[in-house]
Amino acid sequence: MNPTELTLGNAAAVRLIAGREITVRLRSKAFRVLTIVMVVIVVGLCIALKLLHGTSSATKVGYLAADRGIASALPVVGNSIGDTIDTVQVTDEATGKQQVTNGDLDALLLVGPNQKLGVVVKKNIDQNLLHAVNVLAGQIAFDEQIIALHGDPAKVRAATLAATANVQPLQPPYPYQAQQLILGVVAGVLIYVSLLMNGQIVAQGVVEEKSSRVVELLLATIRPWQLMAGKVAGIGIVGLIQMLVIGVAGVVAGLATKVLTISVSAAVGTVIWLVVWYLLGFFMYAVVFAGLGALVSRQEDIAGATTPALMFLIIGYILGVSILPSDPSNHLMEVLSMIPMFAPTVMPIRLAMGGVPGWEAALAVVVVMGLIPVLIWLAARIYRNAVLRTGARVKLRQALRAA
Amino acid sequence: MTTPGLEIDRVSKRYGNVVALQDMTFEVRPGELFGFVGSNGAGKTTTMRIALGVLAADAGEVRWAGKPITLETRRHIGYMPEERGLYPRMKVAEQLVYLARLHGLSAPAARRSVDSWLERLGVAARRDDEVMKLSLGNQQRVQLAAALVSDPRILVLDEPFSGLDPVAVDVMSQVLLEKCAQGVPAVFSSHQLDLVERLCDRVGIVRAGQMVALGAIDELRAGGAEQLVVDAPAAPPDWAYQVPGVTVRGTEGGRLVLELAPGTDDQAVLHAALATGPVREFARRRPSLTELFRNVVTEHTENGKVVAA
Repeated sequence: MNPTELTLGNAAAVRLIAGREITVRLRSKAFRVLTIVMVVIVVGLCIALKLLHGTSSATKVGYLAADRGIASALPVVGNSIGDTIDTVQVTDEATGKQQVTNGDLDALLLVGPNQKLGVVVKKNIDQNLLHAVNVLAGQIAFDEQIIALHGDPAKVRAATLAATANVQPLQPPYPYQAQQLILGVVAGVLIYVSLLMNGQIVAQGVVEEKSSRVVELLLATIRPWQLMAGKVAGIGIVGLIQMLVIGVAGVVAGLATKVLTISVSAAVGTVIWLVVWYLLGFFMYAVVFAGLGALVSRQEDIAGATTPALMFLIIGYILGVSILPSDPSNHLMEVLSMIPMFAPTVMPIRLAMGGVPGWEAALAVVVVMGLIPVLIWLAARIYRNAVLRTGARVKLRQALRAA
Repeated sequence: MTTPGLEIDRVSKRYGNVVALQDMTFEVRPGELFGFVGSNGAGKTTTMRIALGVLAADAGEVRWAGKPITLETRRHIGYMPEERGLYPRMKVAEQLVYLARLHGLSAPAARRSVDSWLERLGVAARRDDEVMKLSLGNQQRVQLAAALVSDPRILVLDEPFSGLDPVAVDVMSQVLLEKCAQGVPAVFSSHQLDLVERLCDRVGIVRAGQMVALGAIDELRAGGAEQLVVDAPAAPPDWAYQVPGVTVRGTEGGRLVLELAPGTDDQAVLHAALATGPVREFARRRPSLTELFRNVVTEHTENGKVVAA
């Protein structure tokens, strides 16, 4: 009897196991619902922000032909206080008021006698526009006084503009923008939720195989490390797909609604860093979760077994989202972001906010990559020793020691 | 010596201070159905797990066709673990295809094999149901299919008959005999000794991690003490105690079962029986496997001795 050779290489075995994880996960209702809900939340957030900020970021102000001179100064003033104002000439006052009523114009500029500025709005005036108009009114009054003193308003203005204090920072601070802070928090939440969820799914999957005893059938044909690697890879890939769908939907929605006005390349950069840190964080935590999951035989015991690893994840995340938005260059957070256990939750927030020195970003990646093989070795050992012992929870020390 | 089949050679295993197996040795020849019996905790499951490489032995070796077994050769083993296990939420056919592919079958070959085994075992109608939705009996059939879909060259089945209805027991027996006819060595453990007696060519009885009896069933029975079944309705209950060389084993439906010490003359027993009144039945018989088993496992021998090899 000369049996035909049945071959299943390492790669093929891992691929087969990963393939099963992917099919099962993609088919699960819980996964689909969650992904759709997350996409809806992210896109909805963009639309909500957009509605809060008005339909167009530029304020449209109408003026009469006679007031062109003053009206032309309005966009300039607006610009200086960070507001975009477009001006449109209207045929007469009645038409202008009509357009304000039906919403075509945000406001109508009317210049009364003695260059007295007046603004017609539908109900309430936009705070930024009010500020701009007031500044403009102040300038007009200022110019009038200069003319009354026989001075040249243009010269005075040039002189005022030139007279600024010279600020000399010893360490130039990074100009954090509000949008990047939001992006940072969103990135932090996304990566935290993703690591937490997919890490737990790995632990649950390990326990499912253990409690249903199917693991014995599997281990009769493949090696423990192949099973663990396939499981982690499969769930990781599904998590990555989910993360990409949510991340891309969010960035596209943000850019499309103009809620996100940072450059496309910066947005893409954020998504790429998100993916890199998701992968690093996932592999680091997933192998640990797989090892810890193998210690218990019942789904109810998973929480207890995985708590130590969860604490690192949660602490990093909580500190990250509570400290960084108000203090982006916090020293403690800079240090934590380069400690492997905290890096996956802290570093992506810092990276999304910007201003992380290249060496810090690189160091964090290197230390995590250095730790992963150690964790894989440890987790594989625990897994191999504990996965066939059903019943009572296996002590961690026992699992590490047993040959 | 014929071509070697599955050899378990002096395999030992300890769990801390507990000796689970000590010098466990036996061979299952190609085409042979080997029955593995013993009380709970005697070491049957541990032996099978070691043969499958699920557990590592402390000492000893498992060989197939004369060569130490490896992960590659283990793919040829059809295994049914004592603790039944399948993914509860996976569909029957999909799960079996997956398991067959883990054994190294190509996807089309796996699908063909799964279809034919589901048909054969009478669960083809449930192929697209999740395993957890099946009755226990049908789950058992699927479990058996899982051991067979890879077209195994060796069968190692731990308690394959437990939980099966009589129809499934027949199907299972038939499948086992058929596989053996193809030259596959098959070993299975069971507590249903009548079944083992009926099906197996050879049996091994284990006690406390050691093989205490090993051989063809007839050989083992021949090695046991001879028995007499006597039906003497008018006899007083203690008549047989007077006869030298006779031990009373018990009663079966009013008939007395006696065991004779070697060299005892059965005619003397017959005379003694006739002296009490009429004798309706007087028969010699060999002990059944159940009796052999009972003797072997209760016998207080620290050094379990191998009866035959």
